[in-house]
Amino acid sequence: MAKINMVQALNAALHDAMAEDNDVLVMGEDVGINGGVFRVTDGLYDKYGRERVIDSPIAEAGILGTAVGMAMAGLKPVVEMQFSGFSYEMMHQLEGNASRMRNRSRGQFTVPLVVRMPYGAGVRALEHHSESKEAYYAHTAGVKVVIPSTPSNAGPLLKAAINDPDPVIFMEPKRSYRSFKEKITPKEYTIGKAEILESGEDITIISWGAMMRDTLKAVEQIKNQRNFSPEVIDLLTISPMDAAAIIQSVKKTGRCVVVQEAQQSFGPASEIIALINDQALMYLEAPVERVTMYDVIMPLFARETMYMPSKNKIVRAINSTLNF
Amino acid sequence: MPLDIIETFQISRLSILNEKGEADPDLDPGLSDKELTDLYEAMTLSRLMDKRLLNLQRQGRLGTLPVCTGQEAAFCPPILTIRETDWFVGSYREIGARLMRGESIMNALLLYNGYEEGNVNPSNDRTLPVSIVLGSQLPHAVGLAYGSRLKGEKDTVALVMFGDGATSEGDFHEALNFAGVLNAPVVFLCQNNQFAISTPREIQTRSATIAQKAVAYGIHGIQVDGNDVLAVYQATKEAVERARAGEGPSLIEAVTFRMGMHTTADDPTRYRSDDVVEEWEKKDPLVRFRIYLEGKGVWDDQRQADLESRIKNEIDTTVTEFEKPREVKPDAPFDHVFGTPSQLIEDQRKRFLADLEKEADHG
Repeated sequence: MAKINMVQALNAALHDAMAEDNDVLVMGEDVGINGGVFRVTDGLYDKYGRERVIDSPIAEAGILGTAVGMAMAGLKPVVEMQFSGFSYEMMHQLEGNASRMRNRSRGQFTVPLVVRMPYGAGVRALEHHSESKEAYYAHTAGVKVVIPSTPSNAGPLLKAAINDPDPVIFMEPKRSYRSFKEKITPKEYTIGKAEILESGEDITIISWGAMMRDTLKAVEQIKNQRNFSPEVIDLLTISPMDAAAIIQSVKKTGRCVVVQEAQQSFGPASEIIALINDQALMYLEAPVERVTMYDVIMPLFARETMYMPSKNKIVRAINSTLNF
Repeated sequence: MPLDIIETFQISRLSILNEKGEADPDLDPGLSDKELTDLYEAMTLSRLMDKRLLNLQRQGRLGTLPVCTGQEAAFCPPILTIRETDWFVGSYREIGARLMRGESIMNALLLYNGYEEGNVNPSNDRTLPVSIVLGSQLPHAVGLAYGSRLKGEKDTVALVMFGDGATSEGDFHEALNFAGVLNAPVVFLCQNNQFAISTPREIQTRSATIAQKAVAYGIHGIQVDGNDVLAVYQATKEAVERARAGEGPSLIEAVTFRMGMHTTADDPTRYRSDDVVEEWEKKDPLVRFRIYLEGKGVWDDQRQADLESRIKNEIDTTVTEFEKPREVKPDAPFDHVFGTPSQLIEDQRKRFLADLEKEADHG
C-alpha cells in the first residue's frame, strides 16, 4: 500500500464509513462540490449525492443544531466546521443541547454525531485560522474530544468517532494534514485511550496533535546527546482523558513534561498536571514542566512561530526536568 | 372563516448605468465631474492593488489573501455617501473602500504578511479592522449606530458591508432585527457576489432575493445592480439619508460577481465554469464607468495612462519600502491583551523574551 497523508487518510475513512453505513451523512460549508477547503470530503458528493453530502448555508449553529436533530432521528452526521475559529457560533448548540440531550432525557434521546474541524497554527494563515481551543470543548461534559496526530491514527479514530454513541469533537491538526505521509498498517484505536509510542523509565513526555512530531524530534535530539529512556505518550483523546495511562507512566518515571500548542492557562496540560497531583504526587522526583503557547491572542503569522512550542523549547524542558 | 391577505411586499431593483455605459438621465444622481473622476480613480486603485497583491502572493511575498476584482462598484461608491465621522464596518473583501477610508497600501502589505499592525487605520478612527468571521460585524454596526446617538451625536450613521454567505449566519438576522427594533441609523450593504467560496447563491438561501429579507425585520430593502456605480451610489445615499434623519435602517443587496478566487487558497475551477465568468466580464463595473466618463468628456486614454502609471509608482514605492529590513517588536502580541498590565502576562512576556534569546543561541 502506498504512503498517504492525513487528508487522504481522513478522506478514505469517510468513504469507508459512508459505504458501510447508510446512516452516515456529511454536512458543512463547501464539503460537497468543492470537497472541503482542505479536500477531506473529496469525492463524497459525486459518490453519495447531495442528500447525504450536504453543502450547507454558512451557519455553524444551524449546522450543529440540524445535526443534533438528524442524530436523534437515527442518522450519524459527520459535520465540518470549516476552521475551528468559526466553530464558536455553534457553542450554544453544543453546550446547551448536543452535550446534554442524553442526560436531559435520561437516555431516551442520544446524539451520536461527529464535528470535524481543522485547528492549530503554523500554516501562515489569516486571523482565526491558527488557534488551538481544545479546552473549550473539553470543558463541556458529555462531549468527547479527539485529536489525531498521524495519517495512521487519523482514519481509525475518525471511524471510532463516527461509531461512538455520543457527540465527538474531532480536531484535525491542519499543520499535519499534508506535512508527512505514512504507510498505513491496520490498527485499532479506541476513544479514551492514549497511545504509548515509546516505553521508557526516565521521564514521561506527553503531547497530542501537531506538537507530537516536534516532541518526537526533540526526543531524538536528546537521545543523540545523552543516555536517556523516555516514555512518550500521544494523548489522542483529550476528553475523557486516559488518566490511567498517564498515572501509570508517571509512577514509573517520576518525571513528566507536557507539550501543548494551546496557550498556557486552563488547557489539557493543566489538567494532566492536576491529575498527577491527585494520584501520583508522591512519586514525583521533579516538578512537571509544560511547554505551551503564552496567554496571548494567537499572533498573526509574521510572529506565530516565535510563540509556538518549538523543538528547542521542548528539548530544554526535558533536559531541565531530567536534571532537576 | 375568511382568509385575508394581511401583508404583501415588493422588492425593487435599481439600475442607472447599463453595460454600455449609458446612464438613465432621469435617475443619474448628478455627481460632479470631480466626484466622478475621484471615484473612478479609487476604483482603479482598488483593481490594480488587487492584481498586484495577488501577484505578490503568487511570488510568495504575501500570505493568503482574499481578492475583490469585479466588485469595485459595490464597495467604493458607498464610501462617498458617508462622512469621516460616520462608522465604516467592513468585512474582508473591499480593499478599495478601506483605501478610501484612509488606510494605506502599506496597511494591506502588513496585514497580508501577518502583522497585526496592518489593521490600524492611520487616519480614521471610525473604521473598524478587517472582520473575518462571517456576519459577526453586523451587530457591531447596529451597536455603533445606536451608541453614537445615545452619546449625543445627532446624525452619525454606520455603514456595514458583508457578503451573500454571511446572510445565512444568525448574526445577520439578529443584527437586522436589532436594527429594526432599536431604529438604529445603520445601512447594511450586502455584496452579493454569487458565491460563498464554492456555494452558489441559489443554495445559500431559497429567498428569491437577499433584499427581501429586510421585509421580515420591518426595515427598508432594495436590490441594486452592484456593478453599476451610479445605482449603488444612489441607493446607499438614500439609505444613509434615511438613517441620518432617524427614519430607520436599510438593507441594500448589490448584485455583483467575484471575478477571481475566494482567497488565494481557493480554486474556483472546481465549482464554476468559465462561461459564467465570461458573462460577468461583459458587466465589468470599471469598463462601463469609463465609457460613461469619456462620454461626459472628463476622461480619456491619456488620463487613464497617467493614472495607471501614478498608481503603479505608488504601489512599487510602498512595496520597496515594505520589503526593506524592518525592526519587528517580537513581543508586540503581549502589548494589547488587556488595558491594564497583568502580572501573569508580564511574567510570560519575560519568559518569552528569554526563550527567544535561547532560540537565537541555538543558531
